[in-house]
Amino acid sequence: MSDSLAVSVLGIGLAGPGLAGWQRSRDVLRDASRWNRAPTELAAPLLLQPAERRRAGAMVKLSLAVADEASAGIDRQRLATVFSASTGESANCHALCETLATPERLVSPTRFTNSVHNACAGYWHIATQSRARSTSLCGRDASFGAGLLEAAVQCVTGGEPVLLVASDVPYPEPLHGSRPLPDAFGVALLLGARADDNVPRLEVRLIDAPATPCDDAGLEALRTAIPAARSLPLLAALARRASARLVIEYLGPPQLEVRVTGA
Amino acid sequence: MMRVPVTDYTLVSALGAGRAATRSALAEGCSGLAQHAFETVALETWIGQVPGVDAVRLPAVLGDYDCRNNRLAQLGLDSDGFAASVNAARARYGADRIGVFLGTSTSGILQTELAYRRRDPRSGALPGDFRYGQTHNTYSLADFVRNAFALQGPSAVVSTACSSSAKVFGAASRMIGLGLIDAALVGGVDSLCLTTLYGFNSLELLATDICRPWDAERHGLSLGEAAAFALLEREGAQVKAWLLGVGESSDGHHMSSPHPQGAGAVDAMRAALADAGLEAAAVGYLNLHGTATPNNDAAEDLAVHQVFGARVPCSSTKGATGHTLGAAGAVEALIAMLALEMQLIPGGLNRRVPDPELRCRYVDRSTPARLRIVASNSFGFGGSNACLIFGAAA
Repeated sequence: MSDSLAVSVLGIGLAGPGLAGWQRSRDVLRDASRWNRAPTELAAPLLLQPAERRRAGAMVKLSLAVADEASAGIDRQRLATVFSASTGESANCHALCETLATPERLVSPTRFTNSVHNACAGYWHIATQSRARSTSLCGRDASFGAGLLEAAVQCVTGGEPVLLVASDVPYPEPLHGSRPLPDAFGVALLLGARADDNVPRLEVRLIDAPATPCDDAGLEALRTAIPAARSLPLLAALARRASARLVIEYLGPPQLEVRVTGA
Repeated sequence: MMRVPVTDYTLVSALGAGRAATRSALAEGCSGLAQHAFETVALETWIGQVPGVDAVRLPAVLGDYDCRNNRLAQLGLDSDGFAASVNAARARYGADRIGVFLGTSTSGILQTELAYRRRDPRSGALPGDFRYGQTHNTYSLADFVRNAFALQGPSAVVSTACSSSAKVFGAASRMIGLGLIDAALVGGVDSLCLTTLYGFNSLELLATDICRPWDAERHGLSLGEAAAFALLEREGAQVKAWLLGVGESSDGHHMSSPHPQGAGAVDAMRAALADAGLEAAAVGYLNLHGTATPNNDAAEDLAVHQVFGARVPCSSTKGATGHTLGAAGAVEALIAMLALEMQLIPGGLNRRVPDPELRCRYVDRSTPARLRIVASNSFGFGGSNACLIFGAAA
């Protein structure tokens, strides 16, 4: 019985401030001096039917965009998913709380339906017509670590690819004052069980050690401010295509040691 | 999967606090549902409210976590000596070798609903005593419980609507199976709030009458609240039941309606049987999701009939507890384990006229039976399905 989980990275999706897609962000992550902070771009989720697209909020747009980029070209109908987020659809939550504070309390059924934490997973599996298993996690600031650990565990246990999607969007006021996130950030990793010389390999292990910061001060500020951006040191290592040993912030303790090799 | 020992469990619902109160309510066919007034809610509905939640006090050092959901969690931890079992496990394995995986759908959102009534009239700001992270946030529940026992292993909240706290059994057993942890505190807590009461009402899924699962004239669900906890261990000297199989699937069909033929539900039940290495005929009792909405029961009946035929006795216990949403998976897993312990099939309550369209072997009255293996279904919004299979201790 090994204490580390070995998985391959078969695909990556990314959307964050000044990070518009993994493909377009690789050079920036290799050389952070090229990073220009710009608001996170949220694309319309073209995977969804028009009726569902209209109901999709920022979380669904963000999550589906990164999930789509990470899993392009593979059979999504059989693809297990792990969604992890520190909040749900934040604007929707605010609207519900506002409505419930009025005397009439005329709650919108669509808003209520979209209030579930697994709304992104639901829309993704509808969009991809997938009946594969899916879970939706929250670990507050530890949400990326919780998602990475669960996805790696499922991948090793089941021997099949697992799509991890970690995303966060800011709340509007007044909740923003209690939980200030500077912008939206989403990351998706398509993990595979089998080793493949052409793709990076991760070994994930529970550890008690300080988290690895980002080299760049701007990206480091992002990493500490948005839970899904705790992934940035891993994304930078994957962009450099170099072997690395990182500590990804999780619950402090435990944290996640990630050894990156190959490719 | 390898079978995982369940070494202790406890639950608090509208049926009472602890296993003994729940056992006698199940044996006698008592319902905890009543036409309670909750908070300022002005809806004609029946509610499975847990008495005494407002009087619960959290440990002083965890005061920031104070909200209805965490008070209900505390009530659960205080029942049946469950906290002592967790402390014994921590002493045996070490704090870093015990995971905490809990399910909830709305966590402490009631705290935010109340705070929105107290916004500063000029700035719109929330009151200074509002603690987002410790109450509203979905992880608040696991964070509170993990801190209450000073545990340092991996932890997460699963929030997949009404399958949440069934799926935690899968998450925990996978980590135990890989040797990442030696034990896990699993379960679910969901408490009454305005979001769900007015939300289900807006979808016209809330019954004005008491909920009547599998009835020809069922009109919707009755909401409840509950805390349910179980301790899973790598090995156990005193095994209360065995977790034998976990099946999970998605519908990929609609956000708030089940697949009409129950295709995703069929996948989850078959995956659980395959995981346990069992034939459908081995299952002696199935606790249905059985929310008593017209579509949910119809789709589940088709799915159950496809997997189990009309032979396996089944019932929904939501007529007794109400639909406890994110806690339902754990509550009903524990009721299934109590069924094993009592050698009793719990009757589904409140059914007056059997729906002739539904073909499962639905059991109305609690009936003694020789039970070795039981199963529990949990299905949620977003098309999230889970089925758990448990075996008798000896």
